[in-house]
Amino acid sequence: MPARLTIWGCRGSVATPGPETVTYGGNTSCVEVALADGAVLVLDAGTGIRPLGIELLARGARRIHLLLTHLHLDHLEGLRFFAPLWDERVTLDVWGPRSPVLSLRDRILRSFQPPLFPIDFRDVPARVTFHDVPREPWTLEGVSVAAALVLHPGPTVGFRVETGTASVAYLPDHEPALAGIGDRPPDWISGGMLALDADLLLHDAQYFEDEYAARIGWGHSSVRHAVAFSRAVGARQLVLFHHEPNHSDQVLERLEDHARALVGEDAPAPAPALARERMVFELP
Amino acid sequence: MQRQKHLVLILAREFASNLATPTLVADHEGRLVFYNEAAEAVVGRRFAETGEIDIEEWLTPFSPRDEDSMPLTPEHRPTRIALDERRAAHSRYRVTSADGLEREIEVTAFPLFAHADEFVGIVAIFWRT
Repeated sequence: MPARLTIWGCRGSVATPGPETVTYGGNTSCVEVALADGAVLVLDAGTGIRPLGIELLARGARRIHLLLTHLHLDHLEGLRFFAPLWDERVTLDVWGPRSPVLSLRDRILRSFQPPLFPIDFRDVPARVTFHDVPREPWTLEGVSVAAALVLHPGPTVGFRVETGTASVAYLPDHEPALAGIGDRPPDWISGGMLALDADLLLHDAQYFEDEYAARIGWGHSSVRHAVAFSRAVGARQLVLFHHEPNHSDQVLERLEDHARALVGEDAPAPAPALARERMVFELP
Repeated sequence: MQRQKHLVLILAREFASNLATPTLVADHEGRLVFYNEAAEAVVGRRFAETGEIDIEEWLTPFSPRDEDSMPLTPEHRPTRIALDERRAAHSRYRVTSADGLEREIEVTAFPLFAHADEFVGIVAIFWRT
């Protein structure tokens, strides 16, 4: 099934609007996978989901699946401003990681109450259903989706979406280096089987190596680790995701150069690329 | 396609690989999926040579036996208890290690639950007494 993937937000941790971030964008994580029949999968609900929501309503989208990697604010904060949520014609299925304590619904609804928000979730007009991600791959709107817990503080999953002819792995918040990358087979690497031989890998590359050294255990990767992970799983294209809020466009371009140097000139094309808002990938 | 190892097992392996105490990790089906370098020294074989095998198959050559030198049946071994009954267990028994010496060891095994209804494996730690 052909599909189109669009990045609506790729900034990590906190939205960073301003003149220094206009090229790659300041919205936090949100990726759309639009399917040929009009159905839509949305990966994460960072602030990038706000403009996406406006676009989806304009397109007449009525069936939407929102797949949440985890509930840190930068992946959830846009949901309350997602226009389809406020349209009674929309059916929204929200999928996210299980927690040993509270249900997915209860955890998300915390952000729909005072003092964080003035409107109670009971007043949301869209038909919303919450689902824990299944342990085995499942089918959504004709595409296969797999989720697995990955290394990041708190219950966090990565996703793999297979259209039948193309595969995408989405691991926006991920620190696989904590449990080893290079010396392990893919099934022993956090998120390894999700990303194995993926045509497109959107992976956390928040830090330069010296920045990472001061932030070990925070749940994010250095660009070196992102390249090592991509190589270990045999991904065809690495897209550097979850940009550090303090990195301007200029700094990000240095990070991309560094990633390309790490990969080396003899590596198969295409070279690693920075994620940027409105970047589109056609999935055949 | 190989299955992704559960994150809890990946973390348990990383934990074990940094311990100086002989430690092994088995999955929910009782397959030994990792033992550390300290365990390799006791076993006399590297994990890379052993591969993933049934944990009972791995333990049998050591002839586990009780303090009266009677064979210790699998259901009395902490590893089996942790796997079958999904509870922590600890006991002292005798084994014959790879160097042919009889050793008295203590074993602690405990189950790993990712969620209350999701049992993913066990960790067993072998203490030399």
